[in-house]
Amino acid sequence: MTVGEVREALGWKAFHTADPDRRVTGGYAGDLLSWVMGRAGQDCAWFTIMSNQNVAAVALMADVACVVLTEGVEPDGDLLRRAEEKEVNLLGTGEDTYTAACRLHRCLT
Amino acid sequence: MKLYYDLHLHSCLSPCGSDEMTPGDLAAMCALAGLDVVALTDHNTCGNCAPFCRAAQAHGLLALPGMELCTQEDIHVVCLFPGLEEAGRFQRHVAEHLAPFANDPEIFGRQLYMDEADRVLGEEERMLAGSTDLPLEEVPALVSSFGGFAFPAHIDRSSYSLLGVLGLWDPSLGFPLAELSHRCPPEFTSRPDLAGVRFVTDSDAHYLDQVWGAEHSMEVPERTPQAVLAWLAGREKSETA
Repeated sequence: MTVGEVREALGWKAFHTADPDRRVTGGYAGDLLSWVMGRAGQDCAWFTIMSNQNVAAVALMADVACVVLTEGVEPDGDLLRRAEEKEVNLLGTGEDTYTAACRLHRCLT
Repeated sequence: MKLYYDLHLHSCLSPCGSDEMTPGDLAAMCALAGLDVVALTDHNTCGNCAPFCRAAQAHGLLALPGMELCTQEDIHVVCLFPGLEEAGRFQRHVAEHLAPFANDPEIFGRQLYMDEADRVLGEEERMLAGSTDLPLEEVPALVSSFGGFAFPAHIDRSSYSLLGVLGLWDPSLGFPLAELSHRCPPEFTSRPDLAGVRFVTDSDAHYLDQVWGAEHSMEVPERTPQAVLAWLAGREKSETA
């Protein structure tokens, strides 16, 4: 499925969708950015509650398909600007990370 | 004597530091700002400290070499040392604990080594932006074993801060002092868990225009790195090694 299809199927919010046609192949959950950097798989949806601009840098570094801010977290201004500049898909949901990840899993299988 | 300080500054060696933060220009900016004691604290490295300290001394400033260490918990800790030799040994130790990634300058920014005349000496290829695998609880004793002093950085911020990550101040970690960002609201320090903690406020400047004027000061018996470190630690200088 693509980022756009996942977003639509699950009713998640789009803060910035630079590339809605990008394929999502799995998920990764984590909030310690440097931990995520080395572990999130390419093309996954990364679930986090962190909302500072470094999230965009880590998303690029790990080459994830999209970032999903959970628990209703809103991106701060710097993150939104960075996501727009660097073309990072940035989604959001009011669901907690576990729920969001389970829903993504059902969506992808 | 009263010394105006800024003990948390980044140079162009920090990936997120502006390339204009050359050791020479940063030192000149600190002097213009009216500061008396300054420290260079790049992310996970002391690699530009020697030229910065020389340039700052040439401007009549007292300069300490330092590092903003990122612990395995993504918590930033300012580590300051009495001299370049101690800082260099600490840096070699930290280098063994860096994450094994190469820096991508397109994403994180360049990591430039420069001399005090602003000549580029080279570029650090390892990624300095990530965390080390050093646990926070070991940092006070570790830094002390290299002759330095450590305090958690910008604890009022939500990211990369002790309170942001751990949620509460834990006195058993052994930090007598914490750093506040310049945006810290005044009521922040009346949190019950911060009772008894002393504070410093630094600029954490990543750009030249973020180096501010002389606002925060310390009272020390003499103008030496040892006296500054002792003041930070809350001890008399005679107690320092």
